[in-house]
Amino acid sequence: MKKLMLGNEAVARGMLEAGCGVVSSYPGTPSTEITEYAAKYDEIYCEWAPNEKVACEVAFGASLAGVRSACCMKHVGLNVAADPLFTMSYTGVNGGLVVCVADDPGMHSSQNEQDSRHYAKASKIPMLEPADSVEAKEFTKLAFELSEEYDTPVLLRMCTRIAHSQCAVELCEPAIIEKKEYVKNPQKYIMAPANAIKKHPVVEARTAALTALAEKTGLNRVELTEDKSLGIITSGTCYQYVKEVFGDSVSVLKLGLVYPLPEKLILDFAARFDRVVVIEELDPVIENHCRAMGLEVDGKNIFPMCGEFSQSLIAKTMGVEAKEFTASEDIIPVRPPVMCAGCPHRGLFYVLSKKKITVLGDIGCYTLGSAAPLNAIDSVLCMGASVSGVHGFNKASGKDAEGKTVAVIGDSTFMHSGMTGLANIAYNGTNSTVIIVDNSITGMTGHQQNPTTGYNIKGDPATKIDLAALCRALGINRVRVVDPYDLKATEQVVMEELAADEPSVIISRRPCALLKYVKAKPALKVDADKCRACNACMRIGCPAITKKDKKAFIDSTLCVGCGVCEQLCAFDAIGGGEQ
Amino acid sequence: MKTTNIMIVGVGGQGSLLASKLLGRLLLNEGYDVKVSEVHGMSQRGGSVVTYVRYGEKVYSPIIDKGEADFIVSFEKLEAARYAAFLKKDGKIIVNSQEVDPMPVITGAAEYPHEALDNLCAKGMDIDAMDALAPALEAGSAKAVNIVLMGRLSKSLPIEKDKWIEAIKQTVAPKFVEMNVKAFELGRK
Repeated sequence: MKKLMLGNEAVARGMLEAGCGVVSSYPGTPSTEITEYAAKYDEIYCEWAPNEKVACEVAFGASLAGVRSACCMKHVGLNVAADPLFTMSYTGVNGGLVVCVADDPGMHSSQNEQDSRHYAKASKIPMLEPADSVEAKEFTKLAFELSEEYDTPVLLRMCTRIAHSQCAVELCEPAIIEKKEYVKNPQKYIMAPANAIKKHPVVEARTAALTALAEKTGLNRVELTEDKSLGIITSGTCYQYVKEVFGDSVSVLKLGLVYPLPEKLILDFAARFDRVVVIEELDPVIENHCRAMGLEVDGKNIFPMCGEFSQSLIAKTMGVEAKEFTASEDIIPVRPPVMCAGCPHRGLFYVLSKKKITVLGDIGCYTLGSAAPLNAIDSVLCMGASVSGVHGFNKASGKDAEGKTVAVIGDSTFMHSGMTGLANIAYNGTNSTVIIVDNSITGMTGHQQNPTTGYNIKGDPATKIDLAALCRALGINRVRVVDPYDLKATEQVVMEELAADEPSVIISRRPCALLKYVKAKPALKVDADKCRACNACMRIGCPAITKKDKKAFIDSTLCVGCGVCEQLCAFDAIGGGEQ
Repeated sequence: MKTTNIMIVGVGGQGSLLASKLLGRLLLNEGYDVKVSEVHGMSQRGGSVVTYVRYGEKVYSPIIDKGEADFIVSFEKLEAARYAAFLKKDGKIIVNSQEVDPMPVITGAAEYPHEALDNLCAKGMDIDAMDALAPALEAGSAKAVNIVLMGRLSKSLPIEKDKWIEAIKQTVAPKFVEMNVKAFELGRK
């Protein structure tokens, strides 16, 4: 049976067909759906871990116990999981272990454009890179086999265009894999110096064996034509773009095992052609490998280092005629993502913006508080950096900063890596103010549960961690809860806690307006006779409020009746939301 | 057989995922090689979104580039103008004439280009503009704008109406089939 599948769904299906038993992940675009789809299979135990490091270590534990296991994350998540990753390379596995990492060339939904292939090389762990959903499923299954055969975790590299593209995939029966016996083996699994020293040469020998495999494996494929003028070396999405431009008219070496890379295979391929071009997105990983072997190739001398590739980019760079097109000559305003109508974050950011408070922000929907017209955020770095950063900012600038600087972090992000920063604030003592925007869900990645929501990945009830109690346990005495729909109360609490002579946490609590159980109130209306076109309601950046004949106008299909704009109107022009 | 390229563009949250799911199902049923490339994550939050649907004998790239689209189905006027450069020389734009102000227009930093589509029409671009909201509401929900537009698109694709309706039945939840079939029929009118 054939089914249209996202690359991510195909990876999940590959896990099922490979007999994978445990998947632990943290959501992150473009990797999230792998675990969501895997959770639909009763054969696989799946969970959302608090962060990628935990997820990776859960997968390690399951592998140690003898079960095929996996963890999934976006590229920056692998930074968090890098600690266990590098040493898992030394311990190897018992049950097969696959680490899926999804890169985001073009930064559709990410804070940087890092190339995960460097992790494979640095940790000496083999990496497979599929080029469509069919390969995503097949490579996932092969990854588990390679993992057990070579006693190593295996990295599976996805990218946005593979993860979020669908094509038809042939389904196979799930494999029944016997759980391996767990046998105590300190030399293999205790990576203290005496054992690790002996393990490093084993890792080097394994890489040599995998390089030998790279020369002959079907993961790497040569497609030859009669034309001797040009040969292209590529992998992943770029392979599809190359085929789109050249069809079967050019010779291609398509690499599926992107670490370790073959040597003889590449040299033999290159020897056939007058010119060899390496086409790869982001960093020149394959190209540098070629150059290190003394091979003359074209690569980043003609192709960009930044951003996504496309068929037209490759056509243009390779001198193929581009398609004709007609563009609009009007000025088309950008349409950036915005906080939704009724988003609980809006009220809080309005207050922070109004009071001109310096805000160290974090990763989530609330990063959108940085956009116009609120412009309420000063910095965004990585998961958890708001809490650690505000402490450093306040230490450096003293009392003056403490009274007008806050950290803003979401509930899920706080559980991911905000807690340790808060412990540092309590322990090393700044009067910092940390605002946890608790919308009762992991929002930006599309509503995943987390340890503070009271539900697990299947939607079944789970232990609900009490954020306020947790903050107190981390040494914070002042913990306040406020409803961000109430602007007056929010402003009062923020100003009181900024003035307080000790560290404090404000939990700005209101469930995401898009959650199914959150019932919208009737839409508000603007009384055009009362509206003086003062624009006060336009300053909160609500997509439901626009202008009609110079007066404010509320789109009733978008408005959820949150009432924040109503509180800003000095002329009582907004109302009518009561049932 | 050449590859046919369909782009679905609009504003995050307007239902382009269901439209692409329907097309994907339909084209797979018809035995084509299909690739559907979707948008997830950040851009879904009210941003400009684009979905690519490609079908034919063998499809390689998951995306559609400038000058390649046979059809652009747009849920919103300005978005049709934004992506017009992706249209093939003899391609066709099907557009819902609804206007949704982007944030720079709301804040007063930019003007909504009301005339952009007329200007493209004047250059000879084949643009079929319709009010898809009224038929969607007639069918039973403002959310059915996506299926109304699929109905309009169906008149330009060489696939029988029954096949579309079968694909709708396979794509939407049973309790929404009747409404969506009605929206589809109204879109064809």
